[in-house]
Amino acid sequence: MLPTPPSSLPLLPALGRASIAAVGNLGAVFLFFLDGLLSGLSSTRQLQRTVLQVYFIGVKSVFVVTLIGLFTGMVLGLQGYYALAKVGSEGLLGSAVALSLIRELGPVLTAIMLTGRAGSSMTAEIGVMRISDQIDALEVMDIPPMAYLVGPRIWASLISFPLLTAMFDVIGILGGYLTGVKLLGINAGVYFHRINASVELSDVMGGFYKSLLFAVLVSTICCFQGYYTHLRRDGAGPESVGNATTSAVVLSCVCILVFDYVATSFLL
Amino acid sequence: MTTHEPALPISPLSDSPEQPAGWSIALESLRLGYGSTVVIESLTAHIPAGRITCILGGSGCGKSTLLKHILGLARPMAGRILLDGKDATQMSRREFRQLRRRMGVLFQDGALLGSLTLAQNVALPLVEHSRLPKARIAEIVHEKLTLVGLEDFKDYHPGQLSGGMRKRAGLARALATDPPVVLCDEHTSGLDPINAASMDALLKAMHRRFNATVVAVSHDLESVRTLADHVILLHEGRALYQGDVPGLQACEDPYVQTFLARRPINL
Repeated sequence: MLPTPPSSLPLLPALGRASIAAVGNLGAVFLFFLDGLLSGLSSTRQLQRTVLQVYFIGVKSVFVVTLIGLFTGMVLGLQGYYALAKVGSEGLLGSAVALSLIRELGPVLTAIMLTGRAGSSMTAEIGVMRISDQIDALEVMDIPPMAYLVGPRIWASLISFPLLTAMFDVIGILGGYLTGVKLLGINAGVYFHRINASVELSDVMGGFYKSLLFAVLVSTICCFQGYYTHLRRDGAGPESVGNATTSAVVLSCVCILVFDYVATSFLL
Repeated sequence: MTTHEPALPISPLSDSPEQPAGWSIALESLRLGYGSTVVIESLTAHIPAGRITCILGGSGCGKSTLLKHILGLARPMAGRILLDGKDATQMSRREFRQLRRRMGVLFQDGALLGSLTLAQNVALPLVEHSRLPKARIAEIVHEKLTLVGLEDFKDYHPGQLSGGMRKRAGLARALATDPPVVLCDEHTSGLDPINAASMDALLKAMHRRFNATVVAVSHDLESVRTLADHVILLHEGRALYQGDVPGLQACEDPYVQTFLARRPINL
């Protein structure tokens, strides 16, 4: 017979159970990602499905990423100018804008925008397919649902996130140029010279690695939440799809920010 | 947008069988459930080859659960499922997948993929598993959609169709590979009496034409009377009755009588 825990530690067993469950869930999500990634390579038809998803996740997000990138760059230009002006270093605005965007804001904001636009849609679509027996139908037709639904979305995210991040960075730098140079009168040559002088390949690669990491996080979390909608305890049917979508977006955003810190601490 | 329902072309289907009879299915001492919940305690039943078997029972008696287990979407807690004489519970995953490719399934609401058109839905199992040329697949799709009276709707998405049309399209997809077994989950649920009768007639005509083993899960008595060659009535986790429809109607078991008379049970 197991010894009874001392009364001063009543929460310990519950904490232990919760920890074991959390580790189990992390393992399940990791295996889900691996399964999706590998099943995405299972046949040549996967390429066609991946291209379709690249269109949905990538091409259809171009406008919103452009818009957010432009205004983020413009705000950075304004704030950066007034902050740097206090120490007489307005000329460094190009460096400040470019490094902030390439290292941090580009990957993070692009990932958050894609979570809202494409990630939520992945969860809802897969969730609806789950509750309306479409996933069972795929399985019965011997079409692996992981290969049909999850693999192409993970691969498409791995392709789209870095490209959109790069676009966000370029548009953001242009936004900084508009406010810094056109509005506040910094010399255009100085602006671009500082960018050229301060941005190194390691900065660009750091942003690239982060965008890949966020692609994995967002696509895995969103697909996982949709795929297991039917196992949720906080609702059934359409309600569970709504709850799964909310969880997917919140969890993705939290993970983006947490893993951004972790990745930054390794990359610096 | 919900479209006007076209008439069903029943008459052209009432010709002789074109292929040998389908599989028989034997259920031996099956114990089914999810997690720790047991839905069916011990079920032994035989589903004869080439006949229409209706699995009947009240809500929550385990009809759909049984269907899911036959399809391999869940594993039985105990017992055996023999598909065409082969024990499905002992098969490797690969063997079972090969076997399942030969089963056609009509889900409750059709379960058509919402992102595909009707034609793409019906073509899906053929595109995935056959090496037929595109033109031949298109021919088969046209043939199957014509059978269910939806040839003019091939470019519609499922969301643009009524519930009855989605079920018929689901049936066309289930028949796309000419399977020896067709399993139908509540094929008349949610349909008005006319559409429900049309669905029954269509299923019967399909059966005459393809001579497959049809297993239809239902709690629609009228549908069972119209369709069934063989009936299995589930109650409290076991088969309360197995046999033909006249035998069911003559059965003196109090629950069977209550069920058939649609009388409320004293709560």
